[in-house]
Amino acid sequence: MSDGPTPATTRSVAARAVDLHKTYGKQEAEVRALDGVSLDVYAGEFTAVMGPSGSGKSTLMHLLAALDTATSGTVFIGDTELARLNDKQLTKLRRDDVGFVFQAFNLVPTLTAQENILLPLSIAGRKPDQAWYDQVIDTVGLRDRLGHRPNEMSGGQQQRVAAARALVGRPTIVFADEPTGNLDSTSGAEVLKFLQHSVRELGQTIVMVTHDPVAASYTDRVVFLADGKVVDEMQAPTPEKILERMAAIQTRAMDAAAERSLEGGAA
Amino acid sequence: MLRVTLRNLLARKVRLLMSAFAIVLGVAFVAGTLIFTDTMSKSFDGIVEGSTPDVTVRPEGTGSWDQAPSADTRTIPASLVDELGELSGAERADGSVQSQSLTLVGSDGKLVTGFGPPTLSFNYDDAPAMTGEPAVVIAEGREPSAAGEVAIDATSAEKGGYEIGDTVTLVSTGDQPRLEVELVGLAEFGGGSMAGASLVLFDTAYAQELFLDGKDVFNQVALTTADGVTQQELAYEADQILPDGFEAVTGDAAAAQTEDLIGEILGFLTTILLVFASIAIIVGTFLIVNTFSILVAQRSRELALLRALGASRRQVSRSVLIEALIVGLVGSTLGVLLGIGLAQGLTALFKSFGLDVSETPLVIAPRTWIVGYVVGVLVTLVAAYLPARRAARVAPVAAMRDDVALPESSMRLRMLFGAILVVIGAGLLWLGLSGVDNGAWYVGGGAFSILIGVSLMSPLLSHPVLVTIGGLYRPFGLVGRMATQNALRNPRRTAATASALMIGLTLVTTMSILGSSVNKSVDVGVKKEFTTDFLLTNPVGAPFSTAIADQIREIDGVGDVVETQFVPARIDDNAFAAVTATDPPRLFDMFDLDATVDDLAADEIAVREDKADDLGLEVGDAMTVETQSGKYELAVAGTYPETNVTTEYLTSFAFVDLVKLTREDSFVAVNAAPGSSASEIEEPVRDVVADIPTVVVQTQQEFIDSQREQINGILMLINALLGLAIVIAALGIVNTLALSVIERTREVGLLRAVGMSRRQLRRMVRLEAVAIAVLGAVLGIAMGLVFGTVLQRVLDDEGITELSIPVGTLVVYVVIAAVVGVLAAVFPALRASRLNVLRAISTE
Repeated sequence: MSDGPTPATTRSVAARAVDLHKTYGKQEAEVRALDGVSLDVYAGEFTAVMGPSGSGKSTLMHLLAALDTATSGTVFIGDTELARLNDKQLTKLRRDDVGFVFQAFNLVPTLTAQENILLPLSIAGRKPDQAWYDQVIDTVGLRDRLGHRPNEMSGGQQQRVAAARALVGRPTIVFADEPTGNLDSTSGAEVLKFLQHSVRELGQTIVMVTHDPVAASYTDRVVFLADGKVVDEMQAPTPEKILERMAAIQTRAMDAAAERSLEGGAA
Repeated sequence: MLRVTLRNLLARKVRLLMSAFAIVLGVAFVAGTLIFTDTMSKSFDGIVEGSTPDVTVRPEGTGSWDQAPSADTRTIPASLVDELGELSGAERADGSVQSQSLTLVGSDGKLVTGFGPPTLSFNYDDAPAMTGEPAVVIAEGREPSAAGEVAIDATSAEKGGYEIGDTVTLVSTGDQPRLEVELVGLAEFGGGSMAGASLVLFDTAYAQELFLDGKDVFNQVALTTADGVTQQELAYEADQILPDGFEAVTGDAAAAQTEDLIGEILGFLTTILLVFASIAIIVGTFLIVNTFSILVAQRSRELALLRALGASRRQVSRSVLIEALIVGLVGSTLGVLLGIGLAQGLTALFKSFGLDVSETPLVIAPRTWIVGYVVGVLVTLVAAYLPARRAARVAPVAAMRDDVALPESSMRLRMLFGAILVVIGAGLLWLGLSGVDNGAWYVGGGAFSILIGVSLMSPLLSHPVLVTIGGLYRPFGLVGRMATQNALRNPRRTAATASALMIGLTLVTTMSILGSSVNKSVDVGVKKEFTTDFLLTNPVGAPFSTAIADQIREIDGVGDVVETQFVPARIDDNAFAAVTATDPPRLFDMFDLDATVDDLAADEIAVREDKADDLGLEVGDAMTVETQSGKYELAVAGTYPETNVTTEYLTSFAFVDLVKLTREDSFVAVNAAPGSSASEIEEPVRDVVADIPTVVVQTQQEFIDSQREQINGILMLINALLGLAIVIAALGIVNTLALSVIERTREVGLLRAVGMSRRQLRRMVRLEAVAIAVLGAVLGIAMGLVFGTVLQRVLDDEGITELSIPVGTLVVYVVIAAVVGVLAAVFPALRASRLNVLRAISTE
């Protein structure tokens, strides 16, 4: 089912989900967004989470990123079990150990690019590591636009600022939720290259949720979700392989649905 | 379209309530004022009708002079009462003895009515009032029937701690300063509430002994009509047998006359309260404009969608106006209801001043509801008109765009208009200062114009202030910077929110400067002019017996003693004028007044120089002075310089006899004799009045303090009323911030997601609120400083000669504003910090 062995013993785990369940609503209206997901995210790897809409990929990311709490199951960031943390500790975790890149750029409009990048550090009252900061800024390629406000920048530039913001605090893990969803393909490619670069050159760990096979092809590993379950995964993806695999998942899902309705009809 | 509007309203119940709140408070104030004054007036009507007989026989002109502090010396002999009783139209005639010269003292030694309402003494009888019921009935015990017996009203007995059989103390302003009598009965007033006044009843012979030198005469006669006889017929019949100088007045006419007088006083009170209500409403209007602007801005996408679906501009703007209409209706309803509570509060407040109408049920006239709704709905509609027009200009294509910016009208026109108003206002202030007549009116108009102008220009003016505040926020780091940036983000919104507070603080600052200047002027004036060692006054304002001055004169070491008596009068037919009767040469001498006249005859008057100039009076001219007993032609005998030690007109004591008033003292100045000192005579002087709580002896400093106390009391009352405007302004900050937080939900979510703690988030909102509040305070105090200073200069002639700026108080106001900001931020900050991070980020 998977391409090659998973060398779990040699790589350290940056985040881990164990038998995660998440349900919304009650009784008849109950929706199982996640139905027993277990997943290890390895440090220094660029991981994509893919799946058709409704597969639970965004929910999984929200749980991993401590933005939401699971109905059952546990999440670890590094060695920390999230369920044991109170709001204050969760806030600190989000500030120090986790970085975010959202679909809509989510910059603070009143702050300049530089201030936006330094926002998590300023909130924490920390000074940036100058060498790292320079490295991030150079990687993101926005040194000449640092004094600009978000409304003076293009979408791609804004998203790179958001990515730089996620990286500048050297978090354990960065989560990106459809980071190219609002961008044209050229700008999207810029952002993805930057993310890829920060994994390969800077050793960052990134988890990206996407439904775009091209975007997912920038990653090292793709995890496929359907109906709230991990159904497949792939190493060294290319857009063609991903498309193929997704089509297969789609077909399986349709068959299963057809079977279920047949069973329902027989009963 | 209507359904969409209603859905919108229901979906935003909280916002609806918040924007209605400003209306609620404004309307509550209007309704409360109306209910309270209606209740007062009903209460007084009850008193008047319950105490006025079918026909009253009295000295001519007495009716409108009920408030005369000294008793009229004209009386009606008992024989005339008997004759009146035998008239064919009269069922009975009852002679009445009345006086306000006694004051009831409680068992604790304090005045039962405080220094407010009067103690009314009269002879007890069961003569019916025009209501058919006796004015007073004995509810408990028995009627007073001998010398040394008294009945008082049950409320006063309770307040004074008296029971039947106790010895009641009354102090008099007459020859016998202290009266101790036995309480034999508790009376109840037929007309309901007594408005806080005390009733003291004696039997007729004893009352005549106390008030009329023991002669068998009366002050008035109450006639009761026989069956089938009208008031007019009886009054006409009585008039035929009355000697000159007396009149028979029908109960209806007498009651109307009294009610008019009360109405005049109540009308004044209503006007003042309504002025504060208007301030509340003007401030409220700012908030409603602001709230609707924000709501429309937030809904612009939805409005664009409606436009895209084919709604016309008119339908869009109408939907906003209908929303305003409903908000107005709901707000007005709640406002009138709250007004009932407010009226109760006012009743309690006035009760504490001694004016007690709490026994009369609140009068909620249909007029109150109508006015409440008209004001509430009209103000809301007017306030929503501009945002509604702006809403209609949203382009349908905006529905398809991500970030919708409402077409904002150019600020340039607004700035220009504001600047023009400020320039006009400044011109009016300058005119006021240049010494035109009624300068205060020009200043008032100018101040209003500047206030509106500055409100219009406030988005521009707020920038430097907010940047400065931002500088002070430096220690708060990023959170402080973001708070400042947020306040600067939408200058109109911030400025409009701050303007509400600005208006309140402008008024409060102006009043503070005026009050402080008045205090200082009194200080300086009294020290310069009231050069005597002691002053005797009556805090109630009622005059006291001349026996007191006589006793003080007897004391060893006492030198000059100058007595004065106020004679209420009208000059030029309408203006109440303060005429003071005295011994002119001694008064001029004691206070070093450089008068052009020495002594005055009974028909002569001296006029203060500035008043003489105003009226164009010269020595030898005649002027008409109307008193309780009629009009008198007096010759202007001379003038005296401007001073605060006495009033605008002076006469001799002979004038008091001429107008048939009892000779009493209102004010006595005492000096130590040469060779003796003030401290030597202080104790014996104080001893003279030790038993008479209605007369106080004051040194210069005590006199200053008592004046200050009065001024500060008035100032506190005004500030308490202006406090309402500040409460509304605080609600405005709550509203704006809460709406801004909703608007910035996504940003808040982001900040939380990147690790901002709830505490930091709350601090950010709080700092923004404080910035807005301090902005309002700074602008308000700046304007208040200008207005207060200009007003003092203009009122220089009226006795406010000194300018005093209470710097400490103004600093306190800024601090209070900051605290208001902190408090206003509590709810929005909590709301922001409680937002679910995930949901906040994914909010569209």
